[in-house]
Amino acid sequence: MSARHDLVVVGGGIHGCTVALMAARGGLKVALVERGALCREASGVNAGTLTLQMTRVALIPYALRAHAMWADAPNWLGHDVGVVVCDGLSLAFTEREEELLSYRAGKRREAGAPIELIGANAAREVEPGLGDGVRLAGHCKVDGYANAYLTGLAFHRALTDAGVTLMEHRAATGIEREEGGFAVQTAQGPVRGKRLVIAGGVWIEPMMAWLGVPLPIKVLVNQLAVTERQRPVMRTVIGIASGLLSLKQYPHGTTVIGGGWQGVGDRERGGVALMPERLIGNVRLACHAIPALKEARLARAWAGLEAETADALPAVGPIPGIPDAYVCGSVHSGYTSGPYLARLLADLILEREPALPLFPIDRLLPPQAGRAA
Amino acid sequence: MMAAFDVIVLGAGPAGATCAATAAEAGRRVAVIDEQPRAGGQVWRAPMGGFPGKGDADQASGDTLRRRLAASPATRRLGHRVWSVVRTDTGYRVDTLGPDGPTALEAPFLVVATGAHERVVPFPGWTTPGVIGLAAATVLLKSHGVVPGRRLVVAGCGPLLAVVAAGLVKAGTEVAAVVDIAPRSAWLTRLPAILGQPRLAARGLAWGFAVAKAGVPVLSGHGVRRVEGGEAVTRVVIGPVDADGAPTEGPEQIIEADGLIIGHGLTTACEVTRLLRAEHRFDRLRGGWIPVVDGAFQTSLPGLHAIGDGAGIRGQAMASLAGEALGWHLAGRMAEAEATRANMAAATPFSDAMAGLMAQRPAQVRAIAADTVVCRCEDVTRAEIDSAVDAGATQIDQLKHFTRCGMGPCQGRSCADTVQELMAARLRMSRQEVGQWTGRPPLRPVPLGEVIGAFSYDDIPIPTPAPL
Repeated sequence: MSARHDLVVVGGGIHGCTVALMAARGGLKVALVERGALCREASGVNAGTLTLQMTRVALIPYALRAHAMWADAPNWLGHDVGVVVCDGLSLAFTEREEELLSYRAGKRREAGAPIELIGANAAREVEPGLGDGVRLAGHCKVDGYANAYLTGLAFHRALTDAGVTLMEHRAATGIEREEGGFAVQTAQGPVRGKRLVIAGGVWIEPMMAWLGVPLPIKVLVNQLAVTERQRPVMRTVIGIASGLLSLKQYPHGTTVIGGGWQGVGDRERGGVALMPERLIGNVRLACHAIPALKEARLARAWAGLEAETADALPAVGPIPGIPDAYVCGSVHSGYTSGPYLARLLADLILEREPALPLFPIDRLLPPQAGRAA
Repeated sequence: MMAAFDVIVLGAGPAGATCAATAAEAGRRVAVIDEQPRAGGQVWRAPMGGFPGKGDADQASGDTLRRRLAASPATRRLGHRVWSVVRTDTGYRVDTLGPDGPTALEAPFLVVATGAHERVVPFPGWTTPGVIGLAAATVLLKSHGVVPGRRLVVAGCGPLLAVVAAGLVKAGTEVAAVVDIAPRSAWLTRLPAILGQPRLAARGLAWGFAVAKAGVPVLSGHGVRRVEGGEAVTRVVIGPVDADGAPTEGPEQIIEADGLIIGHGLTTACEVTRLLRAEHRFDRLRGGWIPVVDGAFQTSLPGLHAIGDGAGIRGQAMASLAGEALGWHLAGRMAEAEATRANMAAATPFSDAMAGLMAQRPAQVRAIAADTVVCRCEDVTRAEIDSAVDAGATQIDQLKHFTRCGMGPCQGRSCADTVQELMAARLRMSRQEVGQWTGRPPLRPVPLGEVIGAFSYDDIPIPTPAPL
């Protein structure tokens, strides 16, 4: 009989790592099971944008608090993940984008995001690198970015320091309920816990199925690209009204181009290939916004998976019908909001009142499903 | 606009150009693409920019191949840089950037004949201006008639040492010394295989004779310890090494020089097969990672073929034969394909002997000093790689996240072989287990301004906005 932990977390991305870290600091004996290395999927290969202007309206209050967490990472996480807080602009180049921007910025503002609409000249004062053709811009001072690739090392150190039993390169192959808790099956033997958190990103769907809970999770395959280092050509985070561009230049000179253009891939194979036309489209948009990017060379492009529920809102909360089991993930633009939502779930597990409501998954399940057990 | 062919060949060196010409002459619609404006690859590289060329055997062979390719019905896309290769429902799509902007080609069959990269095992001072690769030096000599210094040290291992040293002597440059890691015995044991190819053996002998006649000292069993100078090379310090390339006890020698030409063999340039996720295996003799191919040079992916040094370092003779055999095969001429393949067996001992002299020596890599830069794009030292492994990086892709190693402009082309060896040694794993970096586009850094071509904002196919 293997030792029973207070909590087993399955999945070592931002969500799983944060829940595990907070729970361990709250006094629980925690094991974290991850099939690869920490933060090597969505949490480590995304664009690193920390923005309110691409965040779902319902998530704005969470994103604001999460943004503050990211900015304070050296304190609570204990390690630097290259967070830069700066201005962000969401641009409108056409009349339709102007309408979209006004409407969306208004909704986000109502939800608490400090977004101002400004004209082309004012936008150029905020970002002198802007190209021509800007008609209107959303301006938000609570913006910025992190270096997503640094999160794995940072969490590795933080979790180790917090006494979490890290089980990397250990794939969960099944989960069974048993007397007093759960047994997460792996090739190296079961990992037992009184409580369970499923935080497996796009793999939440098959993991939930092990427990008999049918939770559909869509898989997005986001294309990203990065340039070689060049002289400073921009100082803000740039997006467009539709949300289909994210652009920022890192202090070492490279610029990451994202925006959720879809590549080739799936849950089984990961991000397999990039669609050249879409890469060209994304890069055109980037160069249209910041023309000096044309001088840079494209160094690397890749595709990362992102999880999305049917209503594109998070799946964070208890698993209905299964006491002591929880799910945490599928946060649209989840890199920004992830740590805060995961912290709320840790509070619930530690029997503290979460400061904001969670996103229970009852709404996403067919009637009666998961409750039979 | 998409141009459709039966076969697309990537690379117009001996393997690729021969394959393209053979298949096209036999009736296939073939496109051959190369980054260089003229065919020939590295070994038969064409003279450029008004330089008449050296008029040697390589140039003559290159000219023959260039004439044959030009006379064949193959479509030549020379001076085109390939940046993306993807699998489609019907075959492969290749995106290039050329003088006329971005273009895309499609074909059911793709032949990868992308050749080799030069390996330099790092040592203190290897990033000093004035240190250049053996292969780079041959490009300068062959294409431009340029000599990279007044008094040079030629060092490293493999047959290119003699080629470059003889070329420099012929060009009238002072060669201060030839420093060969291999002991004389390493060449002697390979003598039978070398003599099996009398024509090539005679050329090797001629190079050696040219070097000896000029009175250039040849130090076998020696390696470069460090380069001094900082701003530019002023001195090259050498010392004895064992047969595995690791430094041994013995006096250092200081050689005054204004340049160091160095190379430690070749590694396969298998970025395309890696990008497409074909199956690879590690073969130290053949230059590192090689795509697994069947008798018709087909990789694990249907329609994807690999030939030449990019499919395993075997040299020009084997590359040309493989190109011809595959050309016949793609044209459906199986008898000719089989006959050509049979000729490859005869060339194998020589090819193996040369590849053996150029293979990576693990002991040489393990001897790299802690503060020596290994990834020169991102300034990552050996110590930083070791400490990343100690901090828990157990996968080669993860090492990037921990150190930025391999994330610069060369995307690991120049450091991968060294980094992976260091990681394998630290983890006590095999190279096969450590694996290779996942292939990603672009295949070469490409200017954003060229990728986007001419466009208007309305033409950008912006997808549907995300939900609010």
